[in-house]
Amino acid sequence: MRLPPRDGEQIDRSRRRTFTFDGRQVDAYAGDTIGSALYADGRRIFSRSFKYHRPRGLTCATGSCANCLMEVDGRPSVRVCTRPVEGGEVVRSQPLTGSLDRDPLRVIDRVGGPFTPAGFYYRMGIRPKAAWPYIERMLRRMTGLGRAGGKDDRRPPTEVEHRQVEVLVVGAGRAGREAAVRHVAEGREVVVVDERAEYAGLQVKGAEVLAPATALGIYEGNLVPVDAGDVLHRIRAERIVVATGTIDQPLLFDGNDLPGVMTPSAVKRLIGLWSVRPGTRAVVLAADDAAQEAADLLREVGAEVAEVVDMTGGARHAVRALAGRRGVVHAIQVDGRRIACDLVVASAGGQPAYSLLAQAGCTIRYDEARGIFVPDRLADGIEAVGSVTGQDASVVAPGTVTDAGKRAFVCSCEDVTVKDLRRAVGEGFDDIEIAKRYTTVTMGPCQGRLCHLHSVRVLARETGVGEASLGTTTARPPWRPTPLGTIGGRRMNPGKRTTLHDHHKRSGAQFVWTGIWRRPDHYGDAAAEIRAVHERVGLMDVGTLGKLLVRGPDALEFLDGVFPNRIATLKVHRVRYGVFNTESGRIVDDGTVVRLAEDEYLVTTSSGGVDQVYEAMLLWSAERGLDVEIVNVSGALAAVALSGPLARDVLRRVTDLDVTNEGLEYLGVRQGTIAGVPALVMRIGFLGELGFEIHFPSIAAEHVWDAIMAAGAEHDIVPLGVEALKALRLEKGHIIVGIDTDSESTMLESGIARMIAWDKGDFVGRDALARMNERGADRQLVGFVAEELPREGTAVIAGKEPVGRVTSARRSAVSGRVIGLAYVPASLAADGAEFEMDLGEGRRGRASVHLAPFYDPDGERMRV
Amino acid sequence: MSFLIDCPNCGRRPQPEFAYGGSLGEDREPAMLDALSEDLYFNDNTAGEQLERWFHRFGCERWIVIRRDTRTNAVSGSWEGVDAP
Repeated sequence: MRLPPRDGEQIDRSRRRTFTFDGRQVDAYAGDTIGSALYADGRRIFSRSFKYHRPRGLTCATGSCANCLMEVDGRPSVRVCTRPVEGGEVVRSQPLTGSLDRDPLRVIDRVGGPFTPAGFYYRMGIRPKAAWPYIERMLRRMTGLGRAGGKDDRRPPTEVEHRQVEVLVVGAGRAGREAAVRHVAEGREVVVVDERAEYAGLQVKGAEVLAPATALGIYEGNLVPVDAGDVLHRIRAERIVVATGTIDQPLLFDGNDLPGVMTPSAVKRLIGLWSVRPGTRAVVLAADDAAQEAADLLREVGAEVAEVVDMTGGARHAVRALAGRRGVVHAIQVDGRRIACDLVVASAGGQPAYSLLAQAGCTIRYDEARGIFVPDRLADGIEAVGSVTGQDASVVAPGTVTDAGKRAFVCSCEDVTVKDLRRAVGEGFDDIEIAKRYTTVTMGPCQGRLCHLHSVRVLARETGVGEASLGTTTARPPWRPTPLGTIGGRRMNPGKRTTLHDHHKRSGAQFVWTGIWRRPDHYGDAAAEIRAVHERVGLMDVGTLGKLLVRGPDALEFLDGVFPNRIATLKVHRVRYGVFNTESGRIVDDGTVVRLAEDEYLVTTSSGGVDQVYEAMLLWSAERGLDVEIVNVSGALAAVALSGPLARDVLRRVTDLDVTNEGLEYLGVRQGTIAGVPALVMRIGFLGELGFEIHFPSIAAEHVWDAIMAAGAEHDIVPLGVEALKALRLEKGHIIVGIDTDSESTMLESGIARMIAWDKGDFVGRDALARMNERGADRQLVGFVAEELPREGTAVIAGKEPVGRVTSARRSAVSGRVIGLAYVPASLAADGAEFEMDLGEGRRGRASVHLAPFYDPDGERMRV
Repeated sequence: MSFLIDCPNCGRRPQPEFAYGGSLGEDREPAMLDALSEDLYFNDNTAGEQLERWFHRFGCERWIVIRRDTRTNAVSGSWEGVDAP
């Protein structure tokens, strides 16, 4: 079928390519598409239709229709007519019953027609109700397009690229190229995209060409996702030039979907690009000049053109294509005459491909005289050039063929015929949007490219309202079906690591996600880490803490207006616990405030809360018009926490500071050096033992860590992970925001209500907290002891009703008892009050409330 | 949503770089609840132009005020700060 070399052909006959199709090797040339190579190889049936299992062949060769969908390298529903052959592809017909050439379910088409019109499943199998699941399963098996997520999908994930350009030209045809040249001449940065593979080598001087690449839609702010196969470009353009041209519309006659019936553009592309003769004896149903040109081209390459039937000028013809034994067209009946042929070139004319324009906000109107929808008023920043504007385009009316009926496919993707649409109107679905949903016309993979105009026109004729008043359905992205993986792009897991991350890795840390952070969960034995803190000493990387420097003449006024507790009484070189609330009195985060100097404070936040607190602080200070400077120094400072009864002895060896109980008292803060590095040392005890939190420039993190670990070697110092932290703080009843609180939690119910300084004046959330305080909290976060370990999130039960939940629970390394925190009704918030927990599988566990810290209730161990 | 916001510091940037911080409006007469609850939990839900606060999270990390038409997302003005210009 391959013609002798022709001028302008896209194939390179010196470079051969092969691929396999259903296990058989197929030869091709560089420049071929899989579709053109299969056609040259003699293949006529490319797919089986979705519902009736009718054979379908190469129809448009432009990637518009869904008749050539195949599985390529494990990826389903690839349009092979536009997929370039790279060599070595494994191509398979979409799995159906039987084979492409022999599909036993074809019987649905032969006998099922009258029983399976559009929407039949809305009526059939509904009663008895119990039957529906079986019927649905059967229908699912019998229909559909390929398998998603094949294991052998070898394509790498798509990269996403963000770009900003001045002008984006969609469509590299004549008009698109001219527009690109014009904008380049005016000095603009221009990108041209086209979905056709033959433009891969296109050069437009001064512009960048992306091809084959499909502009999937135009979104708000002139955002255009462009699918270039392995890269998804998210292009922001100041101006968008739409030069998408027209799409050949099918002519509606019985048998218009048979393999061997194709559009003039398919003929032109098969001959012009790939030098493949589409057939030997053709009949041309000519509705526009393109069909005449196709007829001339066929004669030129030695095909016999048996007849050219003029479909224009109000002509009326009875046309019916007839299939041979293999299901491929072998004759056509025109006005009662039978003409033998193996190719029918048919199109009703070209409809402007206006979808992108409509998505951009342009209005569309129906042009009665020419029978097409044309763009009317363009949106700002959008240009339309070439035939997409409607110039020189027209489509003949569906009535041109007089007897189109139950085998005249309006929508070949979804197997919807003229008769189906008629029936839908007869059943009362006479609105375009409702008829669309009922029959599924235009909802298939062609996205309405070939069926939208006809569906509107057939409905307009059947209902008797004009096309103009019937209107059109909304054009939505994507303009071409796109794998979700392409839109999602490569899976990204943004994560933060501290400067000590690699150090922890070398020490055998098991990492865990805590919010956006990767932190060591433990270094092999969490229980040993917990024991070490109680008995000796441990060192923990707390560089994840948020650190905000707050300074300026109004720093104190500002912080007193942020925190609910009193900041004014905080002396220089002292640290205090603080909670951040929203205006509605809900807990956002917690942390500490260090007074570094008269007008200078360091505020720490929890690991995950810094961004939120920083944003809120900037807002609060601006709202109040205060003279205060807030600097986020979270990344600049590393921090470690040294805890345990021997912590002082370790610290003493690496610092010039006096760290005795007199020199650095509990909740005291000093600036000095640690291992020669300037550092801030604060004495706090989140873990319940003598503890020091040390902040220093993060560039020195490994040095300081190593120095402290070396100094502690004599006491068998161990590194601590997050699991040890969670267990140790639970012994003290300290909450972790986000674990023991939710978005509704307030200080009134989290055991820290006594911190609120009601008399100090306004602070963030005060009014709301005061209101809630009048009513009284209806739940309380309390400590509890139990026999059996509940999972975190376990329901607290009163009678049969869940009335609260467990937020944290561990088996204590100190007492061996199960300890935890839980929200319980306020009535149960008394020492010794008993409640039940739902342990699952109908089992209940008993627990009793324990209000004081479980370990060292008077906090003596932190003060030694 | 993928509209563009003119940041007074950074220029025209896509909306996902910003965090919404609520609209700026006149205090209205409480319609359903008391003033505090309405202030905390109710939005005006304007159909049309309104002034709003945005935080340029992935940019200059500053609060700005913009005038946006909620029906079209057209941004017709932007200023540094947190108060109406």
